[in-house]
Amino acid sequence: MSDLSQQFAARIRAAAGPLVLRGRGSKDFYGNAPQGEALDVSGHRGIVAYEPTELVITARAGTPLAEIEAALAEKGQMLAFEPPHFGEGATSSATLGGCVAAGLSGPRRATAGAVRDYVLGVKLLDGQARELNFGGQVMKNVAGYDVSRLIAGSLGTLGLILEVSLKVLPRPVAEATLRFDLPEAKALETMNQWAGKPLPVSATAWCDDVLTLRLSGARAAVAAAVEKLGGALVAASEASQFWAGLREQQLDYFAGDEALWRLSLPSTAAPADLPGATFIEWGGSQRWLRGDIDAGHVREVAAKLGGHATLFRGGDKSVGVFHPLAPALAALNARVRSALDPRKVFDTGRL
Amino acid sequence: MHAHPPEHRIDEDTRSAVLAELAALLPASALLVDFEDLKPYECDGLTAYRQLPMAVALPADEAQAVAVLRACHRHGVPVVARGAGTGLSGGATPVNDGVVLSLARFMRILEVDPLARTARVQPGVRNTAISEAAAPFGLYYAPDPSSQIACTIGGNVAENSGGVHCLKYGLTVHNILKLRVALIDGEIVEIGGDALDGPGYDLLAVMVGSEGMLGVVLEATVKLTPKPQVAQVVMASFDDVIKAGNAVADIIAAGIIPAGLEMMDKPATAAVEDFVHAGYDLSAEAILLAESDGTPEEVAEEIAAMRAVLEKAGARELRVSQNEAERLKFWAGRKAAFPAVGRITPDYLCMDGTIPRKHLAHVLTEIARLAQRYGLRCANVFHAGDGNLHPLIMFDASVPDELERATELGSRILELSVDVGGTITGEHGVGIEKVQQMCVQFSREELEAFHALKEAFDPKRLLNPGKAVPTPRRCSEYRLTGSAK
Repeated sequence: MSDLSQQFAARIRAAAGPLVLRGRGSKDFYGNAPQGEALDVSGHRGIVAYEPTELVITARAGTPLAEIEAALAEKGQMLAFEPPHFGEGATSSATLGGCVAAGLSGPRRATAGAVRDYVLGVKLLDGQARELNFGGQVMKNVAGYDVSRLIAGSLGTLGLILEVSLKVLPRPVAEATLRFDLPEAKALETMNQWAGKPLPVSATAWCDDVLTLRLSGARAAVAAAVEKLGGALVAASEASQFWAGLREQQLDYFAGDEALWRLSLPSTAAPADLPGATFIEWGGSQRWLRGDIDAGHVREVAAKLGGHATLFRGGDKSVGVFHPLAPALAALNARVRSALDPRKVFDTGRL
Repeated sequence: MHAHPPEHRIDEDTRSAVLAELAALLPASALLVDFEDLKPYECDGLTAYRQLPMAVALPADEAQAVAVLRACHRHGVPVVARGAGTGLSGGATPVNDGVVLSLARFMRILEVDPLARTARVQPGVRNTAISEAAAPFGLYYAPDPSSQIACTIGGNVAENSGGVHCLKYGLTVHNILKLRVALIDGEIVEIGGDALDGPGYDLLAVMVGSEGMLGVVLEATVKLTPKPQVAQVVMASFDDVIKAGNAVADIIAAGIIPAGLEMMDKPATAAVEDFVHAGYDLSAEAILLAESDGTPEEVAEEIAAMRAVLEKAGARELRVSQNEAERLKFWAGRKAAFPAVGRITPDYLCMDGTIPRKHLAHVLTEIARLAQRYGLRCANVFHAGDGNLHPLIMFDASVPDELERATELGSRILELSVDVGGTITGEHGVGIEKVQQMCVQFSREELEAFHALKEAFDPKRLLNPGKAVPTPRRCSEYRLTGSAK
């Protein structure tokens, strides 16, 4: 164990109540308000191993996401799930550990997969301050239960992430962004139809009757798709600004303090009959909603459409940020949590 | 012998009580108790180990399956869920005094939604049957384990099955949206959802690959993928396995993720060529198959790029499939590698370690050295793109001691995989076969965490007991006696 992980272990052993794990706070806004004493883990940083031809990077949890992305970019590779940083200001403060713990993915998620799909292994300190390794540094690994993917999105409530190994992918050779004027229902139908065709779609966004589509892949494939789909071609610089702005929620739609709801729905679900402006991503699977809408009502509508609703930013968190689980599933979640952390060291209530 | 079927004893009263209860719950045709009826269930694809169960239950619907689980739970009787029994690690090997819960009658495809690109199926549906049902819509189910004609989706979920295309299209865990699961006490939970994520912990990740030890899958919603318009494969032969291994790294370094990237060594090529006549270069030390799929333009671009890389990497012969028939012919050998080896040896054990690819040359050299030490032959088939190595250890079980030597050689190979930073199993699962080697890969504390997780789902430890996660005691014994390197 390194010095810092020994310090973390000592804090865990000495903990009388829950510890709230924190990197550099870029996602403090997310999740239920955690109860407990803060433990800053951002000092535990650095890339441990990066093998471009193995498509694997391993880094300590406090490593800035920006540092990882820069190292990958140098070798023409990327984190395919396009994690949002949500860092303030020009330099992002997001860390790898926070990225995995929050489990949030960006515009490419519908076609490339989520954070959890790229997690290959984790090194953890559990609630008994034991250093545990799950998964590993290889793509295919079915030895033992897949605890490393379980950690993705667990918001620090299962253990302290020390290191993560992620699968990485080459950056696409070519990219093009197209715009189409389409109303919501038609846009949803179109996105789903395109997703069923062998087209190199890498991201979709719909707002204000405009559907924006990103194509990524081999030069010839992108060119052929542009030809086939029509629409208005968006200039490369404007396009990259748009997709980065969407990933970081810096587009106009996301401005202001009004509550932001995230509806996670089947991609083919009909337009949600709810008040508030809508922004659709992920081919129809992720739909944002602005406004102080009654939580019970949002959740009822989302559930009827086959999905769930999260109070993502702002609003009144006392309604519970996350969609309530069915009783049997809630009980199972609780048993899983205490199985991995019987001393309740990470039971902050954030998830 | 290292591995053995797990044992569990129940008393006579419990036995007759549970059998009477099952007989009342199920029609006579759905409960097997006689020796000759139980015999077909005594093993799965790991045929070296056999064990008769107390009974086999073949429920026809969810209510019956749940009733069987409840009865067994109440009486403390172990349950081993079983699909098609094609697994290679003994995950479906029965437990004596236990019940095998066969999901063979759950074979309906409940729904194919072409617009949402999903299929909702019962667990006994075969892997290829999903793709067949999706084909009219230009879609298919991507994970393609070599047993895909026979293996079921329930088994694929249990094992997190891969296949030759998983570097590009992912494993089972990347292609499942939702599972309807019965816990051992009969409680039903829906894990995941029809959206891309669900609230709460990602229990889908834990269920997939849990080897039937956490719950019984009653229904699965899978993702369907648009069928690529065309596919083409380059076959390259090398006079040196190290060169072939480097060529794989060069392809990845060039920014290409091939749809499939497979390697066979000389003994494997020799065995399959004799069997399928695929036209492999028999004098080559290694054959590499690299596939591209997508639009015609994309494939042409990628094939040209891969050709250039392979030439530069020192391939001595390159052939590109000129049509679909030829592509399938090139692949036929690779897909038939296991049965082909089965033809030239009375018995074989198939290993399944994954290694960081950069250690390939070292690992293959070591395997050859070890094989010689144990006096056995070994052919190697390699999912080169993702590092998953399948050494096929050839032996003759009728020769005294050969199974034992083969098993020992297998153990050494798996330990070698762990030593170089890999894993003991890439896609076949631990089952009973590799349960001892779990002690090499995981610490006592890590195994304790697995046991705790298991108990969160199955507190009485009745689902597939004795598989996949060894007890601390077993590990202590193994560390004392088994791991002599």
